[in-house]
Amino acid sequence: MNVILIFSVLILISIAIWQVTKIFELSQGKKVYTQVADDSDNNWNGKLMFGFLFFIYGITIFSFLSYGDVLLPDAASEHGSEYDNLMWISFAIIFVVQTVTQALLHYFSYKYRGEKGKKALFYADNDRLEAIWTIIPVFVLAGLILYGLYTWTDIMTVEENDEALVVELYAQQFNWKARYAGEDGVLGDANVRFLQDFDGRNLVGIDATDPNGFDDVVVQELHLPVGREVIFKMRSQDVLHSAYMPFFRAQMNCVPGMITEFAFTPNKTTEEMRQDPDVVAKVKKINKIRSQKSKELIAKGDTALDPYEFDFLLLCNKICGASHYNMQMKIIVESPEEYAKWMADQQTFAEVIQ
Amino acid sequence: MSTAAVHTEEDHGHHHKETFVTKYIFSQDHKMISKQYLITGLFMGIIGIAMSLLFRLQLAWPEQPFGIFEILLGKWAPDGVMDPNVYLALVTIHGTIMVFFVLTAGLSGTFSNLLIPLQIGARDMASGLLNMIAYWLFFLSSVIMVMSLFVEAGPAAAGWTIYPPLSALPQAQPGSGTGMTLWLVSMAIFIASSLLGSLNYIVTVINLRTKGMSMSRLPLTIWAFFVTAIIGVVSFPVLLSAALLLIMDRSFGTSFFLSDIFIQGEVLHYQGGSPVLYEHLFWFLGHPEVYIVLLPALGMTSEIIATHARKPIFGYRAMVASILAIAFLSTIVWGHHMFISGMNPFLGSVFTFTTLLIAIPSAVKAFNYITTLWKGNLQLNPAMLFSIGLVSTFITGGLTGIILGDSTLDINVHDTYFVVAHFHLVMGISALYGLFAGVYHWFPKMFGRMMNKNLGYVHFWVTAVCAYGVFFPMHFIGMAGLPRRYYTNTAFPYFDDLADINVLITVFALVAGAAQIVFLYNFIHSMFYGKETEQNPWKSTTLEWTAPIEHFHGNWEGKIPEVHRWAYDYSKPGHKEDFVPQHIPLKKGEEELQH
Repeated sequence: MNVILIFSVLILISIAIWQVTKIFELSQGKKVYTQVADDSDNNWNGKLMFGFLFFIYGITIFSFLSYGDVLLPDAASEHGSEYDNLMWISFAIIFVVQTVTQALLHYFSYKYRGEKGKKALFYADNDRLEAIWTIIPVFVLAGLILYGLYTWTDIMTVEENDEALVVELYAQQFNWKARYAGEDGVLGDANVRFLQDFDGRNLVGIDATDPNGFDDVVVQELHLPVGREVIFKMRSQDVLHSAYMPFFRAQMNCVPGMITEFAFTPNKTTEEMRQDPDVVAKVKKINKIRSQKSKELIAKGDTALDPYEFDFLLLCNKICGASHYNMQMKIIVESPEEYAKWMADQQTFAEVIQ
Repeated sequence: MSTAAVHTEEDHGHHHKETFVTKYIFSQDHKMISKQYLITGLFMGIIGIAMSLLFRLQLAWPEQPFGIFEILLGKWAPDGVMDPNVYLALVTIHGTIMVFFVLTAGLSGTFSNLLIPLQIGARDMASGLLNMIAYWLFFLSSVIMVMSLFVEAGPAAAGWTIYPPLSALPQAQPGSGTGMTLWLVSMAIFIASSLLGSLNYIVTVINLRTKGMSMSRLPLTIWAFFVTAIIGVVSFPVLLSAALLLIMDRSFGTSFFLSDIFIQGEVLHYQGGSPVLYEHLFWFLGHPEVYIVLLPALGMTSEIIATHARKPIFGYRAMVASILAIAFLSTIVWGHHMFISGMNPFLGSVFTFTTLLIAIPSAVKAFNYITTLWKGNLQLNPAMLFSIGLVSTFITGGLTGIILGDSTLDINVHDTYFVVAHFHLVMGISALYGLFAGVYHWFPKMFGRMMNKNLGYVHFWVTAVCAYGVFFPMHFIGMAGLPRRYYTNTAFPYFDDLADINVLITVFALVAGAAQIVFLYNFIHSMFYGKETEQNPWKSTTLEWTAPIEHFHGNWEGKIPEVHRWAYDYSKPGHKEDFVPQHIPLKKGEEELQH
């Protein structure tokens, strides 16, 4: 019954729009059955064009005012501030260009709207003008390119070193695992063909003949010591996934058959991040939404939602199948002491396979 | 092929004995074929837009059961809640249909076919037979793509980019079974169609220009279609190769794209392949593809703005140079889709460099359009409005491309809604406006009648407001870190504050969808009942308006007009009228513009 009702409503709405359109058209009589614009059309549309400029500016300002607070908080990694600086400078440049060009476009559409008897200016070329507005973009873009490439090389150059913590991020449909290299600082060899060893306890397919793997630790919640560089080695078990850690300005695809890498140094603990004023405001806003939702759920007899506390996140960011939208792992950044204490409680691979 | 004889000069548009079938169905006449492309493209567009409205409903009200889901999706929406796999299938097919079937075939196919022979002064395309085959292959590929929607396990659902292994393994996703096979077959046929069409366009522009139509007198529309066709023949075969290799991995056990995979409890046999290879092959077409979509729209905009501003297009040589620059650069920027694919970061640097370069000719074009408007006598009819709208959204969308083209910045916005906002503004809105502008402007040429201009105004203004309403806020949810192709954001409390924005976007999208009905009404009604037009209603200079309103093979009775000047003598001093068509000889003492 529902089916018929909804279908009928949709069809009726479409027919209504069609008929209203037809009525509108018929009510204007024969003279509008032409597409040639007359002075009145030009006047109206010229004004609307100019008005549209204010709509564009308006929606820009409205979006920043209303939605500015959904943007990510300040970065929690060392290269993150370089990233954010480059982002703001790039935005500043494109904003200036947008403001000026949209203004000219829409103002000209208004100012030079057609009038019977007016004549346009036969102005076909101006090489000097072309040169100016080619060369200026060249310089601006060259600047952006150089700045961008410098930052990119800085971020993407990963030097193997003894201080860094090496962690494998292991992606599969539809969860994440992290593997620490353990005391020896070296990850044991691994491949999917070892996954079925040890009755499925070999969660990431470590090769048990490689001694480097015995002290490896596999977990499902990523803990990182603050201030220490972490080099992520990414693997995938099945399809493409992507390790996206937006708070750290980090992302890298996980490719089956390949080990990809990305490194950063977290410089804020989870606790510190929770004190950040932007984060505090966001958590408050989210909890307000959640308590509203909980009221509705309780009214229906369901359980209320848990209140939200901020945590760093790892999300999947490459389409990977049905639960792509829910493939996440919590990341906890803590002091080196807390990290060491947590690590001491974890089982090594050797312990797992006994 | 010998049956497809090119009509020579002396065959003054003689009338073949035509049956209904040879006139309307298996026609070899470029004008009829262009209408066939348009109708098929519009039909696929309706399906594509309908799909987008469905998944926008899901995104705005994620836990809300919708009766419409149950009706349209049946068992894939139990109790009115969309299945996540179906969500992915909808975004996949939406993307595929819109990019290829609407904006490539529907745009290039329609207008290249209509305008190339008419604007260069040719009786028809170089090969009417190949042209007809090209259309029917397109039709066949459309049928197969639509058929794929109805297979039991669902259509392809790995994104329009269909990266393996997800697209190669039916175990990874139900849509990667028969649905994906049909997708690949449909696209292979589509590519064949596109190649045949492009070859025809290239050969026709090179060989069949009328006397006096030198390359430097070609309308910018033709330059755009010509260069687009060249990009097409260079890049589409690479997608075909990617599709064929994928078919081999799927069906013949090869390992081009697959290696070291464990799925559904078993280790698969594939060794040595790499998904990154697929990404390179795909994007080698994928990037030029977006310029294949955009350049024809830009070319038509040059024509439409010049005609309705009653002014020459500003900087003809620069416009041609920028079309060529964009075409060349478009073949060396593909890696900007792959900055975090795992490829060597050095490649990232190279592609950032080339990508930011391509901003330069694009900027030049935008500035030239704006200067064309300056001191014009702007006839603000619907075609002109859509062309101005195209420039506006091209600027907005193109500027965010500068953010995305910078490899560093891409790290945190790759595959988020920031990307979705960017490409919809430049393709989904800008190029689509080009399609609309082209329809409004050349409707009299196609159907001998006028469309209704007030309905055109309503269509434009509602669409323009909704277009910005949908895609401007979307940049914010992308910057907030929300990934694309997410069935819902309710799995992350962190994204709870994005719900309002999603609702706003969906509401604007629904209104925009409804506004298109106004266009459809106008289009269909005017086709049969529109006021009959005069031969050159826009007082345009290009050759297509010198051909009689009534369509017949051969386009002109008698000899084809000869060309004596470039295409933009609007408001030229020394002439009474504010336009001088290309075929009018130079007056005594008049100089042709040295450009």
